[in-house]
Amino acid sequence: MIGNMDANWNASMSILAWLPFNPLISFFILILLGKRLSWLMASVLSVGAVSLSAVSAVWLVQQLAINDQQVITVQLWQWFSLGNSQVNFTLYLDGLSAVMISVVTGVGALIHLYAAGYMKTDENFCRFMAYMNLFIVAMLLLVLGDNLVLLYLGWEGVGLCSFLLIGFWYQDKNNALAARKAFIVTRIGDTAMAIGLFMLFNSLGEFNINHLTELAAAKWQVGDQQVYWIALLLLGGAVGKSAQLPLQTWLPDAMAGPTPVSALIHAATMVTAGVYLIARMHGLFLLAPEVMTYVAWVGALTLLLAGFAAMAQTDIKRVLAYSTMSQIGYMMLALGAGAWSEGIFHLMTHAFFKALLFLTAGSVILALHHQQNIFKMGGLAKKLPIETSLFAIGLLCLIALPGTSGFYSKEAIIASLWTSATAGPVFWWCAILGALLTSIYSCRLFFLTFLGNARSSSKTEVETEFSAIMRWPLYLLAVLALLGGFFSTMLHQQLATIFASASIETNFAGEFEPHWLHIVAIATPFIGIVFSWFYFADYRQTSRINNDAAFAEKNNRLTSFCLHGLGFDWLYQKLFINPYCFIAKLNRRDVFDQIIMTSRWYVDLWRAALIANQNGNLRWYAASLGIAVIFLLGVALI
Amino acid sequence: MISLPLEHIFILASILFMIGFVGVIARKNTLFILMSLEVMLNAVGIAFIGAGSVWQQADGQVMFILILTLAAAEVALGLALLIRLQRRFQSLDIDKLNRLRG
Repeated sequence: MIGNMDANWNASMSILAWLPFNPLISFFILILLGKRLSWLMASVLSVGAVSLSAVSAVWLVQQLAINDQQVITVQLWQWFSLGNSQVNFTLYLDGLSAVMISVVTGVGALIHLYAAGYMKTDENFCRFMAYMNLFIVAMLLLVLGDNLVLLYLGWEGVGLCSFLLIGFWYQDKNNALAARKAFIVTRIGDTAMAIGLFMLFNSLGEFNINHLTELAAAKWQVGDQQVYWIALLLLGGAVGKSAQLPLQTWLPDAMAGPTPVSALIHAATMVTAGVYLIARMHGLFLLAPEVMTYVAWVGALTLLLAGFAAMAQTDIKRVLAYSTMSQIGYMMLALGAGAWSEGIFHLMTHAFFKALLFLTAGSVILALHHQQNIFKMGGLAKKLPIETSLFAIGLLCLIALPGTSGFYSKEAIIASLWTSATAGPVFWWCAILGALLTSIYSCRLFFLTFLGNARSSSKTEVETEFSAIMRWPLYLLAVLALLGGFFSTMLHQQLATIFASASIETNFAGEFEPHWLHIVAIATPFIGIVFSWFYFADYRQTSRINNDAAFAEKNNRLTSFCLHGLGFDWLYQKLFINPYCFIAKLNRRDVFDQIIMTSRWYVDLWRAALIANQNGNLRWYAASLGIAVIFLLGVALI
Repeated sequence: MISLPLEHIFILASILFMIGFVGVIARKNTLFILMSLEVMLNAVGIAFIGAGSVWQQADGQVMFILILTLAAAEVALGLALLIRLQRRFQSLDIDKLNRLRG
């Protein structure tokens, strides 16, 4: 029995070592052979590689659960050494990364399967699947890296894949611009994070996350200036990647990419990397309680902002994008309140139901021949009954109705806010307001898309036939979204050891929880639904006249303000982009360049003079000979 | 016999040399360039003869005979080339004959 265990353990280590390399090999084959592969071969290869990783991940999680030892570590090779510390290429699997790899590979595999159907007719299918595989590789490195350098490698890798996939249809200029915006905005956060890493290494001389946490606890007191700045800079990185408050503007534009990309990268996995980073570095954040409060503020403000913005959107994917921002806001709020495992749990359930929502939206968009405007949809419940019910399931989880997975995770977060030392009642009210907004914009979206009259101006046929590979992932995701709550105990068990020492002591007994807290929290989504049932009655009733103008949203100031993401794009345009472009235009001829170019000009002059001399004219040569002799004689004589 | 001062002879030789040189660079016709070259050679010859007579040395005359032979050979060769050029290109313009762009 013991021998069997050992054999299992060795097997787990090699499986862990292979985990990121399955998709990497598939990526290389796809990118090298490209269009020479048929659709079938390319999709079997790419989906198979990720599915293999998913199966391996399930096996690893199971091994982790049945073994006493809580960690599997595989050192593949030494990357480089800095001073006395070595930076190894080491994969490190504990409860936290186990949750992440199951989400990344599990949801990833389902989305790959769906994408194989969704992108079937695209001529660059192989390139698409290759990028998707590369993304999985980078994401696995991000969550499995045992040191911050490896994590940063994955971090930049997912950023690159995000850029490549947003701009996948680069022939359209808007897509390329959206890709560029996403890349630049996240780069701002990444720069902050890189500076934070340098400061961390400078003061601790170590990149390994476990050692780092121990050293930090030994070296710094709670509230030290240095650790405050480091935590703040790391928060900057997390904010950029997770599309939180100051750097959130890239996410709605990122919806320019194909829908499976939005589901995989911009909803389920990559955008939660910031949450993962903070959870992973919780040892550091605990030393800086002010930063924890900032994290909570970032989360609270983002979830409100995104909720208001989602209320006015007209594009189905942008509604979902803003809702993603707001749900990640919940995760940030949980982290800021020290409710680590609740945040990670919400990350997982959110990955399930948001992937479901995005993929179903993708099917709807495909059925309507790439119509994304919800004011041109309507009445789809009759034509697409399966998609409608799947979408409804996703929305119910998003609203967090009791029984769905979203309920377990979101209520857990909200419940932990009131008494937390770094959060408090204010944050609790923000979260409740956010939940109300969530349920209102979800209802609006559902009514406009699936109920009411068909408002599509073009009388094109609605495609209702989808291949099985586009249906089955949706069913599986729907099951996961509904039943994801049952992972709760397992997950909390796994995470308990990691965050055991990290619990924030709750506020003193004086501020006990009022008994109505939970009732309000549970009732809020219902209030939202009832409110929207009456407020958005126009949208859901079929008896109204089929008039596009009636459904054109009232074009008042407030709506357009919300539609444009509460004016952040406008603000950044005025504050940063315009001055920058002005300076760039001012210095169009580049002063420093001009200084350097004088030497070029000098050389050029001589070159011109010498070329003019070498003209092949015999008399000219004779004359220059004579002049030179006279000159030399003159010099010699005088 | 009046002996000329050396300076006068050299000035005469220099003037002749300069005339020849200017002829070489100013003339376009290859025939005239050849003739200007003769003038330059003769200017050098005058310098040798004059120096030889002033210093009562035979070397000057020896050198002149050498130069004369050289000039005769050069003219023979040069004129032959000129005839070939005239036959081939119907022109003796030196600027048009720079096909080698040397």
